[in-house]
This record gives sequence, C-alpha cells and structure tokens, in this order.
Amino acid sequence: MVRLSSDLIDPGALLSAFLVGRSDTGGVVSFTGLVRADEGVEALELEAYPGFTEAEIERVRAQALERFTLDDALCVHRIGRVAIGEPVVFVAAAARHRRAAFEGADYLMDYLKSQAPFWKKSHERSGARWIEPTERDHADLARWETHRP
Amino acid sequence: MTDGVTVLLFGPLRDLAGWRERVVEPAPATLSALKAWLARLDARLGAALDGPGVKAAVDKAIAPGDPALRPGAEVAFLPPMSGG
Repeated sequence: MVRLSSDLIDPGALLSAFLVGRSDTGGVVSFTGLVRADEGVEALELEAYPGFTEAEIERVRAQALERFTLDDALCVHRIGRVAIGEPVVFVAAAARHRRAAFEGADYLMDYLKSQAPFWKKSHERSGARWIEPTERDHADLARWETHRP
Repeated sequence: MTDGVTVLLFGPLRDLAGWRERVVEPAPATLSALKAWLARLDARLGAALDGPGVKAAVDKAIAPGDPALRPGAEVAFLPPMSGG
C-alpha cells in the first residue's frame, strides 16, 4: 500500500497495523525518516502530484515485492509542510526471511529519496530554496543496479 | 469538461510562473504547440520548460517526444524530482 498524508504520521501505529494477520511472514523491517535540523533549516515542504506520485511509488513497490520476494510492503509519505523532528516517511517490508525484509526496505527508501516524484523546498532562516537529490542519494540507488539478492 | 487543456506546474516551475494551474483554450494540437503558447505568455517560463530534466506528463503518464493533445487533457510539467 502507498499513501500520501498531509497530517502527522504515527510510525508506531502504522507498524502495529502492518504486523496484524501474518502467518507466512518471518520478519518485518521498518524505517522512519525524520526531518533533521540541518544548519538553518526550519521546516521542509513536500509537494506531490496527486494520483501520479502514488502510481509511480506503487509501480516501484510492485517491483520490490517481486525482486526481494516480499510478502507485503507499505510506503507512507508526508506532503505539505513538515516540521523538524516530525516523521516525513515510513516504509515497512514483510518477508519470509529477514534478509529480504531488510533489503526490500532499504531499496524502497533509496528509490523514495532520489527518484520518487516529490519536489522538496527547504525553509531556512535565510529564505526558502528548492532542493534536489544529493550525489549520495543517487549513489545509494545505483548500488541496486549491480546488486542481486 | 473543458475544450482546453489543463496545465499543471510543480516545484520551482510553479514559483517561477506564479501560478499552479491554468486552462489553455482552445487546446493546442501538440505538446510543442502548448509550450510555444506558454512561452508567449511568459518567456522565462518557456525557457524553464525546456530546461534540463523537465519532463511532461499527459493525463498522469510521462509523455516522451511531442504527443498530440486532446481537448480535456491534463498536462503536467515536472521539474527534476527531488525525492522525499
């Protein structure tokens, strides 16, 4: 499932709900990304293209399910203004064995950080600026081009 | 349903143009004709639409090349995506 939320997200509640009713799953890995207080940053503003953004993430989620043999995966992403310390993204991956769950969650996060259709504005003491993925973000995603689970 | 096309701008393109959504009537025949129309409206926006990494989506699907536009279509201009 893929969801965009303009309200605060509750990672604990999302994880608890994601665990319910599983009998084949041996492990669930979850990741929560928070807005970090980088120098001068006061808040982030995330813009999505409703309908398009969810469909693109869903396409990659479906690829991840197959590639890592996941039982299920959940991606929840904030949109709008997100304050320092608030969760901005939550990903969970369920698999029969833990390695697949770790790798599935890692892959989904690398995709979300560098390729997902979001536009990110950083509100800083000196003003607001649009930010693009870092070289590190691109390199993180590129790891998966040669990686075989 | 309009006879025009609905144009959506995202991210820095929206800030540059000062608007997010506008209907262009009548519908230009192609994506390139729409871009030419927008460039006449706002030369800076026109230049930005041809900038590096800007993609167009027609009816929520990335549209490479110069697709034909039907009346009622939704055309979104997507600057380089920044991820979450």
